[in-house]
Amino acid sequence: MNIAVLQFPGSNCDQDAFHLFASGLGLPTRYVWHKDPALGPTDLVVVPGGFSYGDYLRCGAIARFSPVMRAVRDFAEQGGLILGICNGFQILCEAGLLPGALIRNTSLEYRCMTCDLVVEEAGPAFNPRVLGSRVRLPIGHGEGNFRIDEAGLTALGTHGQILLRYVDNPNGAMGGIAGIRNEEGNVFGMMPHPDRAFERFHPSTDGLAVARAVLSVRFPELSRKSA
Amino acid sequence: MKIKVFVTPKKNVLDPQGVAVGHALQSLGLQSLTGTRVGKVVELEVAESDSPEFRARLDQLCRDLLSNPVIEDYHYDIGGL
Repeated sequence: MNIAVLQFPGSNCDQDAFHLFASGLGLPTRYVWHKDPALGPTDLVVVPGGFSYGDYLRCGAIARFSPVMRAVRDFAEQGGLILGICNGFQILCEAGLLPGALIRNTSLEYRCMTCDLVVEEAGPAFNPRVLGSRVRLPIGHGEGNFRIDEAGLTALGTHGQILLRYVDNPNGAMGGIAGIRNEEGNVFGMMPHPDRAFERFHPSTDGLAVARAVLSVRFPELSRKSA
Repeated sequence: MKIKVFVTPKKNVLDPQGVAVGHALQSLGLQSLTGTRVGKVVELEVAESDSPEFRARLDQLCRDLLSNPVIEDYHYDIGGL
């Protein structure tokens, strides 16, 4: 098992994500700088939160063209597992690896709080039987308002691509959507932060189960270990 | 050659910023206001002249980087700035 956490200029949750996998789950984890054209042997690529390139132009718009993203795209096409958290989710949408886009919160406010989230049926690895009907995770974003056209929204529902929905919608996202996966089931993105929910002093430790659920898409033995 | 690229939220996409600015304009007395959209302008200067090939490249750059076609439309003015 080998976890790669990407680092862009302006990433600021890279260390949180590193410690979620390294300390929280005890897995071999390393950083990959955005200028690195290759990922090396990797089982999961984590695109962390932050403000890559200062959110210039649009959130994630510039990071999408970093050299490492070509390797990430190849990795995704080969079925590799990818998890984007917050700004990482925005980057994956901009890169076209996930459908839709994230725009300014309806309130125009930066929302920093802990959210209750409904776990949706998103496949054998990610569903209420694995995670429970709800999880509790922190958010911190100004652009988490998920948008997609009607056909796209219907497709997300039909293919079981919705991972999590807010109980109380904090940002105006369509359908209260907080996280999605691609149709193939190997690319995951979410605005809430599992990387801020695994230590005793965090508002919850549900981030461990969420991270494990994503990994168990390729490594089912992980979910058994946690049971 | 100078180019101005205008990027605006798509008509059917919610524009929270536009709504807020619209409210402020109304509170300043613009009661006739029926719509506000907030976008951005990107000014480019290039050392080449206008051509169909250049416009094709510019369109590609607008779709790939300057706008996000999921949520935004774009148009541009070339020269005469």
